[in-house]
Amino acid sequence: MTTVKLTYREAVRAALSHALATDERVFLMGEDLGGYGGAFAVSLGLLDEYGPERVRNTPLSESGFVGAGIGAALGGMRPIVEVMTINFSLLALDQVVNNAATLHYMSGGQMSVPLVVRMATGGGRQLAAQHAHSLEAWYAHIPGIRALAPATVDDARGMLLAAVEDPDPVFIFEHATLYPLEDEVEEEPRPVDIAHAIVRREGMDVTLVTYGGSLGKCLDAAEQLQQDGIEAEVIDLRTLRPLDMSTVLASLAKTHRIVIVDEGWRTGSLAGEISAQIMESGFDLLDWPVQRLCSAEVPIPYAKHLEDAALPSAGRVAALVREMAI
Amino acid sequence: MPTLGADMSVGTLMTWLKQPGETVARGDIIAVVHTDKADVEVEVFTNGVLERVLVEPGAEVPVGTVLAVIREDGAPAAPPSAAPAPAAPAAPAPAEAGAHIAISPSARHLAEELGVDPALIEGSGPGGRIQRKDVEAAAAAGEAAAAPPPAPPPAPPTGLAVEDRNAAMRRAIAAAMSRSKREIPHFYLGQTIHMSNAIAWLAQENLRRPVPERLLHGVLLLKAIALALREVPELNAVWQGEELVLREDINVGVAIALRGGGLVAPAIHRTDQLSMDELMHAFRDLVSRARSWSLRSSEMTDPTITVTSLGERGVETVFGVIFPPQVAIVGFGTLVERPWISEGQVLICPVVNASLSADHRVTDGHRASAFLAAIDRLLQEPDEL
Amino acid sequence: MSARAGGGHSTRSRPKAARAPTLDREHGLELLREMLRIRRFEERAAELYSLAKIRGFLHLYIGEEAVAVGVMQALTPDDGIVATYREHGQALARGLPAGSLMAEMFGKANGCSHGRGGSMHFFDISRRFYGGYAIVGGGMPIAVGLALADKLQQRMRVTACFFGEGAVAEGEFHESLNLAALWQVPVLFLCENNLYAMGTPIAQELAQTDIHLRAESYGIPAQAVDGMSVLDVEAAARVAAEEVRSGGGPRFLELRTYRYRAHSMADPDLYRTKEEIEHWRERDPIALFETRLREASLLTDADVATLESDIATELDEAVAVAEAGPLEPTEDLLKDVYTPTGA
Repeated sequence: MTTVKLTYREAVRAALSHALATDERVFLMGEDLGGYGGAFAVSLGLLDEYGPERVRNTPLSESGFVGAGIGAALGGMRPIVEVMTINFSLLALDQVVNNAATLHYMSGGQMSVPLVVRMATGGGRQLAAQHAHSLEAWYAHIPGIRALAPATVDDARGMLLAAVEDPDPVFIFEHATLYPLEDEVEEEPRPVDIAHAIVRREGMDVTLVTYGGSLGKCLDAAEQLQQDGIEAEVIDLRTLRPLDMSTVLASLAKTHRIVIVDEGWRTGSLAGEISAQIMESGFDLLDWPVQRLCSAEVPIPYAKHLEDAALPSAGRVAALVREMAI
Repeated sequence: MPTLGADMSVGTLMTWLKQPGETVARGDIIAVVHTDKADVEVEVFTNGVLERVLVEPGAEVPVGTVLAVIREDGAPAAPPSAAPAPAAPAAPAPAEAGAHIAISPSARHLAEELGVDPALIEGSGPGGRIQRKDVEAAAAAGEAAAAPPPAPPPAPPTGLAVEDRNAAMRRAIAAAMSRSKREIPHFYLGQTIHMSNAIAWLAQENLRRPVPERLLHGVLLLKAIALALREVPELNAVWQGEELVLREDINVGVAIALRGGGLVAPAIHRTDQLSMDELMHAFRDLVSRARSWSLRSSEMTDPTITVTSLGERGVETVFGVIFPPQVAIVGFGTLVERPWISEGQVLICPVVNASLSADHRVTDGHRASAFLAAIDRLLQEPDEL
Repeated sequence: MSARAGGGHSTRSRPKAARAPTLDREHGLELLREMLRIRRFEERAAELYSLAKIRGFLHLYIGEEAVAVGVMQALTPDDGIVATYREHGQALARGLPAGSLMAEMFGKANGCSHGRGGSMHFFDISRRFYGGYAIVGGGMPIAVGLALADKLQQRMRVTACFFGEGAVAEGEFHESLNLAALWQVPVLFLCENNLYAMGTPIAQELAQTDIHLRAESYGIPAQAVDGMSVLDVEAAARVAAEEVRSGGGPRFLELRTYRYRAHSMADPDLYRTKEEIEHWRERDPIALFETRLREASLLTDADVATLESDIATELDEAVAVAEAGPLEPTEDLLKDVYTPTGA
């Protein structure tokens, strides 16, 4: 197996390039995708390679071009739409909720919407309250779509390729702090499983469930806890809808203690959903109440110290675990 | 931080069981405090609202430290002087069958699997919640001990190993007993008490009780001590600041040996006012809770005299060391049959040796012998107890 | 609201006179039949609604028949259609069987959307009927996307995008027109201007009531058409569709029409006068066309009787199909949320 070192950003680009090269139905669409190379430089260079028809700049019309993506998917294409950030994606929610998610069902299964929508999510870059929120849970609320949160370089590439092959609308949430993340991956791009969560680190004492930009924080916390003799198991959810609770419950059966780390706001969060499902299906496994670490319930502030205080951190994860008297 | 027994100078606040803003009523348990001798529950003696807590869990603070502020209910509902009204419930609330036990779902399952009764486990989680490790420890200890009594030794509280706690208790006993022998001029009296009437009465009484509720002869002794103290009130007292302070309530402390070694002597409140059945119930409850490290603070602080018995080991006479600041301790030996001469005839009778260790600073042999005589007399007429 | 202020189309910009298509008897009868089918279908639907056979919302097309029928003459089976929640007319004119529509409104498994959509959400992909969209303006970006797919795949097809004048105030209208013009995709925008966005008259919703001018501002050739004249609609649609199909980019028709019925069966119709409705009935598209055919000696009483009889039979059968249709089993509630894979 030949491996290659890629950043998360390059991994997404590699997946886009692979999809464009291998499937002529694929085209890219989004704001500043072409000449600019994408707001996060993900699509840099693709315009030259594939031309403006397939690497298509859009005006600032999120509802328009996400809806056009749905239409193009209905028309036999495999559009990959980039919305700059999750905050901007709210302008397209009508198309997402009322159309993308409903058409297969509402047409009695006659039509499918093989659309991929990527967007950057999350805070940590001092971009304040209109560029830094984590609203994945809103998408994960909607039946009819899939919501993915690649947390590793390998998943950034493989999940996108799997999404392109999926017959239904797939939303991919790329945490904005992950783009420079570097890792060794197989040279040959290949789709990865998008149905299951994965155990990223094994441990016996407590389970940390997380996804996306919080995975690294949880792995760091696990390192810190190991020095205290606490072995934390870290689960990367990977897919936020449909949730793979079997992996979570299997881990809970081993550790009996669980902390959910979710950069979304606590109220109405994915962490709340996971917690509720544990109550329903894993209550008898619990030796300690389910704990959640979420973002502070504030619009994410600009100033670094305030933003740091608002977001989950490895230190806070570790502190929460220590309070659990393991 | 309440003083919870002899020579306690500091205590560690383990857990708050009430949160600021919550209403508290007289008798509520608001916190658990770890002392060298036990984990004890801190009772409140007033009705009001827990305004704020001043000591955080984990903090070790000196006795006398204010732990929390309770804002009393607006109207002076209970004037301090009108203390023990007859209506006041005397017995500590016995643990009801089926009462809620704080235990995690997973630990509950494990307890079922391992056949451990959660009621007998002390939880190490917040508020005493039983966790898996508590069940595991209880199960392991239960197998190791294989003793007939139901209560397995408790698991240690958070952060303290069993050895640590036993060592701490040993140190506390050492301090109290050393102080006692250093400061208190003990004198000792003994009397053999004829128990035929008492045993006959007990046999008759137990005929109408199901096995679990049968009375033991020990409760007769307890009741007799309590009533005898009414006649010799200077023994129901504490020595404080170079003077004798008489206690109104008669709270007999019962020395209870713990399985891991050491002992505690918590009080049965208002022993003199309890019926035999109440007394029996209170005694059993106290033993069970003492062995699961879940005594209340008042039980640790309130004894006005202590009784100790080593009867089950076959010892016939016990001369105890007084627990400061109390001024007396009563000892009972085992109940044995001995020849007894009555009206010129030798009879075989059940007898018990009662002893009294008393503080010569506050009393003397004459009064002390009146106390033992009163116990003897009371035990000859058990119907009156 | 007077007929002039609230119930009339703009007088500043009159519909252009359409080139009259050659009208032969066969085509004339066909147009009349299609309009009558829609009218009678809607009347039957209203009756079935009052009998509680049809529930939910029911928006009737009565008065606007010339629009759907006229436009459909310009489309081929390869062209796509995106419509609104008032889409019975387009569906019937497109050839969706009346029985599958009736069954859909009955909530039956043999409905065109398997009972999942109801009156507002007819779909038939075999006829490239991409559905009724009930969020005003929500179908427009989808139509642009369908057209974009055709353009990218070099298919000479038209996507016909129907919407009401209420959509003109929505952002998606402007985003869609801008995208379509920017990318020059083959979409035919068809604004059914019936003067009311639910109960709000056009003068209260749009600053510019000459809607076709808005399209022109995006560089899209546009015109207003008398939507009560099936021949005018057909003529304009044929021209526009041909331009779109031949790669000329998007076109826009503002079809000025009127609905006699209230917005939906739930609408008490308090916002307009009986006189206004009567005024429009004088321009009823079916009556006008029938008169014209008779004047041209292309229609007899017997023809009308036959048409009515045929349509009544068709609708009886449609209702029978709906009545007899099975209910989708509740166990299939969760079916089709996601596309089955590996099948």
